[in-house]
Amino acid sequence: MKREEIKVCVMRVGGTNCDAETQRAFQELGVQAETLHLNELIKRRNLLDYQVLVFPGGFSFGDYVRAGVILARWLSAELDKELKTFIEENRPILGICNGFQVLVEYGLLPGFEGVSAYPEATLATNIPQGYNCRWIHLKHENKGKCIFTNKIPTGKVLHIPVAHSEGRFLFPKEKEQQLLDKLYENDMLVLRYCNESGEYAEGSYPTNPNGSFHDIAGICNREGTIFGLMPHPERALYWWQQPDWTRREQVPQYGDGKLIFESLIDHLTKRF
Amino acid sequence: MKYRAKIEVSLKPGHSDPEGETVARLLKELGYMVDAVNVSKVYNVLIDAQTLREARSKAEEMAKRLLANPTKDNYTISVEEQK
Repeated sequence: MKREEIKVCVMRVGGTNCDAETQRAFQELGVQAETLHLNELIKRRNLLDYQVLVFPGGFSFGDYVRAGVILARWLSAELDKELKTFIEENRPILGICNGFQVLVEYGLLPGFEGVSAYPEATLATNIPQGYNCRWIHLKHENKGKCIFTNKIPTGKVLHIPVAHSEGRFLFPKEKEQQLLDKLYENDMLVLRYCNESGEYAEGSYPTNPNGSFHDIAGICNREGTIFGLMPHPERALYWWQQPDWTRREQVPQYGDGKLIFESLIDHLTKRF
Repeated sequence: MKYRAKIEVSLKPGHSDPEGETVARLLKELGYMVDAVNVSKVYNVLIDAQTLREARSKAEEMAKRLLANPTKDNYTISVEEQK
């Protein structure tokens, strides 16, 4: 499949944000991208016309009940069949920030045994409490399974911002270590919070901005085709989005966020 | 028949409750002798069902499918007939 033939659906509902930035990131890299409201997709469009589905950031449905859960259940009620086919055909799904929360609440991530009926993890209230918007560092942990990062060398440190109140990734306390081992065994761990030199945050704030277990910032499913992350790669695409561009002598044309979109597009051009 | 189900969702013991901690800190500032505050959410749901048992089972399903995340939440349910 040629790059310009790829069609990306960025799904919007009341309360989502950064959908326009996400759409623009894909368009900047030469693929077709549309922002569609969920109702539009249910009533007038076909999800299977797209190769990629993206859940952008924000506060879908006002984060009522729990961040991401209303959209997740709405999807399972209205688009379950199409979504199952989408997943079975290994078409990529990306969840950014609130989108990550949606994927976890739906049961798509971590999805150790496929889609789970009930969530296997949670993105809980930040510790320290409050909305945290800052540039952070992330270490790429994946060894090649995740199609969204397979152009990024393992161990590379990325600089991308976060902006959320509920980003503390947790497993059930009694199974914490067992499930973490499973993440490693299946190469599902993708991003961890670290400092500029790549040393893990070990839970320390603000290097780990939310108190996430094992400094987890992003994971993928067993197949590597569904990826959720708390940081916003679409806010780290252009040079002029970098926080220090006025102080640097030479600024690269693109930021680290581009690597994520580029890896995905590269995969699609080879796979389909 | 109409039944009223009260579904209360609270954090599991051991899970930190930053909202509760903030409220506890403020209550102390205001001069109250407070050891701890735990925040929970209550959903009052009016349910159509044939029996109390059926209403309870529906409320249970609602809690599992939507209102509580088993990783961090506990829930309790009480059901009574709507007069």
